[in-house]
Amino acid sequence: MAAMTTLSGPERADRLTDGHPRQAIALRGTSALPDLPALQEHLRAWTAAAPAEVDLTEADRIDTSIAWAIVQAKTRIETAGGTFEIAGATGAVARILDTVAEAMPVPEIEPPKPRGLVPWLTHVGGSVAGGVASAGMFMSVLGLFVTRLAQSVVRPREFRFTALISHCEDVGLRAVPIVALMAFLIGVVLAFQGAAQLQQFGAEIFVVDLIAISILRELGILLTAIVVAGRTASAFTAAIGSMKMRQEIDAMQTLGIDPGHALIVPRILALVLMLPILGLIANVAGLIGGGLMAWLELGISPARFIIRLIEGTAVSNVTVGLVKAPVFAILIGVIGCEAGLRVGSTAESLGRMTSAAVVAAIFSVILADALFSIFFQQVGL
Amino acid sequence: MDEVVIRVRGLRNQFGRHVVHDGLDLDVRRGEILGVVGGSGTGKSVLLRCIAGLMHPSAGSIQMLGTEMVSASEAEKEAIAPRIGVMFQDGALFSSLTVRENVEVPLARAADLDPGTRAGLAQFKIALSGLPWNAGEKYPAELSGGMRKRAGLARALARDPEIVFLDEPTAGLDPIGAAAFDELIRDLSRALGLTVFLVTHDLDTLYAACDRVAVLAEKRVLATGPLDAMPEIDHPWVREYFCGPRARAARDPGTEPESPQGREGQR
Repeated sequence: MAAMTTLSGPERADRLTDGHPRQAIALRGTSALPDLPALQEHLRAWTAAAPAEVDLTEADRIDTSIAWAIVQAKTRIETAGGTFEIAGATGAVARILDTVAEAMPVPEIEPPKPRGLVPWLTHVGGSVAGGVASAGMFMSVLGLFVTRLAQSVVRPREFRFTALISHCEDVGLRAVPIVALMAFLIGVVLAFQGAAQLQQFGAEIFVVDLIAISILRELGILLTAIVVAGRTASAFTAAIGSMKMRQEIDAMQTLGIDPGHALIVPRILALVLMLPILGLIANVAGLIGGGLMAWLELGISPARFIIRLIEGTAVSNVTVGLVKAPVFAILIGVIGCEAGLRVGSTAESLGRMTSAAVVAAIFSVILADALFSIFFQQVGL
Repeated sequence: MDEVVIRVRGLRNQFGRHVVHDGLDLDVRRGEILGVVGGSGTGKSVLLRCIAGLMHPSAGSIQMLGTEMVSASEAEKEAIAPRIGVMFQDGALFSSLTVRENVEVPLARAADLDPGTRAGLAQFKIALSGLPWNAGEKYPAELSGGMRKRAGLARALARDPEIVFLDEPTAGLDPIGAAAFDELIRDLSRALGLTVFLVTHDLDTLYAACDRVAVLAEKRVLATGPLDAMPEIDHPWVREYFCGPRARAARDPGTEPESPQGREGQR
């Protein structure tokens, strides 16, 4: 007959006994969130078949989670046609029960999500449209850059010379150590690997051609552009994106300052000016690294290296390499700025756009390089 | 009603050579709504952060619910965490989680509930804070400022704390939203026996929600007491604040809510 289940604050689990067949439970002392799992286990088992009762005579305090569980069970059982009594609730306990009963959420039935071929097609179509739209965004930022640059030529007063110099320092001067070191090491690696292969044929001297052509034509500028894409595209996105987030760009527009002139032209122009210089530095550092390794590994003296370099490598290799630099610069700059302008109002979107900008910039640089290779191959340079 | 749950004594805060608080004393009693006011830069938020344990004061003692917060060990601080809740100015919701998941975060740490119960309970807390049902599935960025504040309150209340700290709860809300929020704070405090530590600039909130006011000025708590007593205090800032045109408007009988009897009148 003693089918009364007891649940009290501190010593809950050990004092629980089964509450069937009379569905009843009594709470003692203080019950709070940690007691909820045990209470829920009981209330869930209750059905509308038998009268149910919660006795709160000895409860001093219950919190809203306990009250919520009781009110929820009461609603469930009463909806199913059973009886559910809450007995002995007084003072603070009754007040909490009332507050909770009043605040109980009313679920809104959501329309079921559509499935099948049509939503899938919609999704695919949406992705394609999104891709086209982001290509459009790229073109619009590129167009903004070009028109604002042209306007600066007509009206030089609009041009931000100080900003340009400051960005040149950030983008160019500060990148010199990392770019030079990277190119030097690439030269070392090429000479080392080339020497191992060419020595087998007694064709050591051709290591100079190998180093010169691969660095001057391809690797010097490509790897510089990749480093700059990682370094600068992210910096552009973060800088412009955080200005966008804090409505600084809106403020500029209301003050009659054009964001294209103030933010985009100096950044992209600085990159266009600096990337060829960085590429040249990378070329020189790569040749020094390769020459040093050729000297140490194959005994090709610096003098022989230079003679062979001048004899065997056409200057067109350098121009073919460096002519790509402004294109890479525009790709990196436009992608960085465009991603910055697409940042929304949350910090999360800033992070997402920054990493997206880096990935897109590196990818587009490599893609452009591949297209250049095919082009130069076809025109016979 | 007279149990002191927060007791601050001799609090000193200093950033470099800039002294924010010096010898600050403050008592907060159980079940009351204390409004902390003061001019900009008087360290209201710093005081809140110190008491909530987010900042270490330069000197002084802060006792909260019987624990000395300044010298508390990690374990003591962890034990006190579920007993307090903080609502930050813009909600400070985790932006990568939906509102319901935000409210579930403290619940998941408190007890090992099954996912269904946790979601239901979180949904209930969201409703308790006056948000509609479908707000639970939204991300913070999709909510208006007022809804974000309510969601922040839902998360602060998730573990049924004894004390809630509210930092500028009505800043940036339209008057109707602000009045509704004042009422919500008042109702919840009454119904759940909450102690509320409320930092505000908003005179309407003071009149609508607070039992007692503490005025921060001159690096300390210049005065505490019920609102009615404030205009009599002889200090230029206090007089200007409580007797200025905005204060008169807030005190206007047309807008004053029913007087909260029994809860003030000490002093």
